[in-house]
Amino acid sequence: MINLDSKIPQGPVAEKWSNYKANQKLVNPANKRKLDIIVVGTGLAGASAAASFGEMGFNVKNFTIQDSPRRAHSIAAQGGINAAKNYPNDGDSVHRLFYDTVKGGDYRAREANVHRLAEVSNDIIDQCVAQGVPFAREYGGLLDNRSFGGAQVSRTFYAKGQTGQQLLIGAYQALMRQVNAGTVDLHTRTEIVDIVMVDGKARGVIARDLVTGEFQRHFGHAVVLATGGYGNAFFLSTNAMGSNGSAAIKAYQKGAAFANPCFAQIHPTCIPVHGEFQSKLTLMSESLRNDGRIWVPAKKEDAEAIRAGKLKPTEIAEENRDYYLERRYPAFGNLVPRDVASRAAKERCDAGFGVGTTGLAVYLDFKSSIERLGEDAIRARYGNLFQMYEKIVDDNPYETPMMIYPAIHYTMGGIWVDYELQTSVPGLFAAGEANFSDHGANRLGASALMQGLADGYFVLPYTIQNYLADDISTPRMTGDEKEFVEAEKEAKEKFEKLLSIKGERSVDNLHKELGLVMWDFVGMARNKEGLEQAIEKIANIKKEFYSNVRIPGSGEGMNVELEKASRLADFIDIGDLMARDALHREESCGGHFREEYQTEEGEALRQDDKFAYAGCWEYQGEDKAPVMHKEELTFEVVKVAQRNYK
Amino acid sequence: MENNISLTLKVWRQNGPKEKGRFETYKLETVSTDSSFLEMMDILNEQLINDGKEPVAFDHDCREGICGMCSLYINGRPHGPDDDVTTCQLHMRKFKNGETITIEPWRSAGFPVIKDLIVNRNAFDTIIASGGYTSISTGGVPDANAIPISKIDADEAMDAASCIGCGACVATCKNGSAMLFVSAKVSHLALLPQGQVEAARRAKNMVAKMDELGFGNCTNTGACEVECPKGVSISNIARLNREFLKAKLAD
Amino acid sequence: MSTIFGSSIGRKLLMSLSGLFLVTFLIIHLSINLLLLVPDGGQMFNVAANFMAMPLIKYGLQPVLALGFIVHIVYAAIITLQNNKARGSAKYASGNNTKDVMWASKNMFVLGLTVTAFLIVHLVDYWIPLQITHGAESITIDGVQMHNAYALVNAAFSEAWRVALYVVGSLGLTIHLTHGFWSAFQTLGLSNSIWRCRWTVAGIAFAWIVGLGFAAIAILQFAFFQ
Repeated sequence: MINLDSKIPQGPVAEKWSNYKANQKLVNPANKRKLDIIVVGTGLAGASAAASFGEMGFNVKNFTIQDSPRRAHSIAAQGGINAAKNYPNDGDSVHRLFYDTVKGGDYRAREANVHRLAEVSNDIIDQCVAQGVPFAREYGGLLDNRSFGGAQVSRTFYAKGQTGQQLLIGAYQALMRQVNAGTVDLHTRTEIVDIVMVDGKARGVIARDLVTGEFQRHFGHAVVLATGGYGNAFFLSTNAMGSNGSAAIKAYQKGAAFANPCFAQIHPTCIPVHGEFQSKLTLMSESLRNDGRIWVPAKKEDAEAIRAGKLKPTEIAEENRDYYLERRYPAFGNLVPRDVASRAAKERCDAGFGVGTTGLAVYLDFKSSIERLGEDAIRARYGNLFQMYEKIVDDNPYETPMMIYPAIHYTMGGIWVDYELQTSVPGLFAAGEANFSDHGANRLGASALMQGLADGYFVLPYTIQNYLADDISTPRMTGDEKEFVEAEKEAKEKFEKLLSIKGERSVDNLHKELGLVMWDFVGMARNKEGLEQAIEKIANIKKEFYSNVRIPGSGEGMNVELEKASRLADFIDIGDLMARDALHREESCGGHFREEYQTEEGEALRQDDKFAYAGCWEYQGEDKAPVMHKEELTFEVVKVAQRNYK
Repeated sequence: MENNISLTLKVWRQNGPKEKGRFETYKLETVSTDSSFLEMMDILNEQLINDGKEPVAFDHDCREGICGMCSLYINGRPHGPDDDVTTCQLHMRKFKNGETITIEPWRSAGFPVIKDLIVNRNAFDTIIASGGYTSISTGGVPDANAIPISKIDADEAMDAASCIGCGACVATCKNGSAMLFVSAKVSHLALLPQGQVEAARRAKNMVAKMDELGFGNCTNTGACEVECPKGVSISNIARLNREFLKAKLAD
Repeated sequence: MSTIFGSSIGRKLLMSLSGLFLVTFLIIHLSINLLLLVPDGGQMFNVAANFMAMPLIKYGLQPVLALGFIVHIVYAAIITLQNNKARGSAKYASGNNTKDVMWASKNMFVLGLTVTAFLIVHLVDYWIPLQITHGAESITIDGVQMHNAYALVNAAFSEAWRVALYVVGSLGLTIHLTHGFWSAFQTLGLSNSIWRCRWTVAGIAFAWIVGLGFAAIAILQFAFFQ
């Protein structure tokens, strides 16, 4: 039986983290030198963790599939990072950030973890400023804030529209400082293909050098996965092309529970799909909703005329526009949380009011802001985003409204972790988007950066010591132990198997098929029948993949198609897991919307009496249905209620 | 408006770092002008795979112009015939029907080819590792608002820090110089009080590492800033020169 | 200080300082040459030229000037060789189509070679007969015997081909300076987005004043002083 003890410390929620730190075990400096930690991934969580471990004196091995740690997809986060600094004096506090995050997550997150996140949020801002992150400032020289969805205070720190980039570069620089100091051994263009278990503990990884195709064995007293989310199971998403869920699936196959896989966030403000050749969806920062107003035509005939190219959006009179978010949610208006905004867009488009050539788009209009603040002010705030839009769509958003539509963006679900961020496999930790812990069923904007850095800078450096303190006399392994040899052999066989299929269909072709199934049946609106169909279809895709995929070239040297194929194999398993989880969760909450469970007004209807738990899936073996275990969620502080943004 | 165009592609193919490369010519019949350049490359690769050939290897990741991974030299320009974009943000509407497009990897002694259009840019990481940071560890730092920073300096630092490390500056420089990259980091940190503390050391170490790795001497042609997808200015190079000379003269 | 000139920026510093030094030389040289246009039969020019041949200048400043040229030329060669190596052996088949880059900036070495070639011709024409072999004829002005430098120049510029050569040389120098002037300040770090425009404008103005000045003297000498 899988161990799902969440190890939440005793005491009131606001004191748990202090209590934990006061009582945890530590490793003395001399012993740190004897301990090796493997960190997989170099995004916000991975780079910050690896750098912090290195600074503390541990020996770190850090892996990335990219040519440089700075390419990790955290770099693409645009809008900002939340913290409870309350610099604008608008009533923010650690408690309010904690409360907003639990509420925003639709009451499916663990209170203790979220409170800790809110507590360390302020330290993150301090740390980043000390690293030289050029956050936006006021003329007085102090830090500027802006507001984001799901909050009534301005608590978001930002660096133009490139906050993720700047935070990642801060962490990357800290990491490179440790590389220079020799505490971190960096392996670029290297992919983890398996996790090595010795006596029931994670003790290393099998890696594949993506340039030479060679397999490597690496030992670590502990292994940290900071490998991001699995949104690319949908093929089209806002994730980078290389973002994948393979390390998470390897962990799952080694006994780590996979929690809430169905909780995937659909981001409301992405550039709509426009062709079959499309490879990726581009996000337009949520911060645009601060000044942009979302609307569709109020009359169906206007929408039809626009779709047919007979009418321009600027020709629609004010009274014939339906600002549906402002209409439905007067209190939060255009700043409702992402899941609410996404579903509302889908509702309008499904009802026939959508625009664009496909009818799957709504307008995000800056006209009134430009009139109120002037074009220069809007340019200063969003210039780079507007430029990006214009480059892609060839429309000028200063003159005509942007078109947006929801797209898969972030996965709240992930590897189950306890309070210490340890998975159900001893010695295996998960951080950042790769774990499931802090966002419940929906993540608020500007919270992903906060969580990634919280895990890496301020949580793992403490909690991993509590684990490693018992390991100080465990000698380093050489990598020649039978467990390593065996794991490498298995990994090699998997790659050889893929190469030997020599079928007819390209990896992308199969991936697109999987993506369509995911979007149609496991996307924004799900139902029992569709999910059952999805599971069947995914099983067929799996069969087709293992019998008909075509991978040119060999396993020697660089082979991009082989990399993609091995990741797709894992995405197929993730897709199956997502569908199963979505099927079992007979309620609507956050990013998970089951059509059978909605209020009369079409709002998500939770079933707190039945589903106030994290659904943790345990792997049972190849081609066997996984088993679901529950980690019950108890809410001591937060009052569970239907979310109301009206 | 969307249109379909047909293209002839001359693509650099090279099996490995030590192998000899060559150009291969491919024809693509219907490419939507709404697709991005890399989507056009996807279409080419799909076609090659279907024909039983090996697809073209090229670096790419975020496809929204921020990761710095994509790096194609197209018709004589890094990131191709559009300004202020990365290759992934370049769209096919910039090309004419029937056009021949030459696609090459970044070329510079500092960036050896790994395969086809993929080059090794580890040198940039090595340069950052030599000093492109503030030497502070996690925890124990002052409050974020403890030191006010003028908005003008913060904004200028942000502009310098917007470098994505793609290497277009080196690729276009006739001298194979990495000065724009190095100066962007030195400037970013020298403009902020947190970075000023070790500004002298940083400038010296980063320049020494850049020289050691075999990048060329800057001759102020300014080609780098023209091709920089993020518009990083060569004013940063002047600042680097200033910081470096100041540091050396102080020794 | 020993390592500063071993660094890329240090090498550029030498180029910058020697370049600026040569710029001051050009200003003096042009000022004296302008005396060629004073219609006094070359008297003022001869006095000035004689002044420049005084032992203090000849043995004190000329070696410094020569050093300036040598440093500028030798380091230009070193930098060019290093840069070619840094560029790598593989060239772009599609060439370089980067727009908005000053042609001069990419061809400084070639332009420099042009200027150097011209410099050699120039030295042979004047410096050697006036200061080394003393083959030039003499004249006495205010009781002081000196070379009739004016006659030498005047005779030289009576030949159209030499005038043409000097015009070409001046043009090469002009183009070299259009980039070299602002570039020297950029290398010294005395530039930012505002000063860059100022130095560039000043540099281009200076380059054309100097270049057109030298060229005009040769042409006017040919046209009106024979």
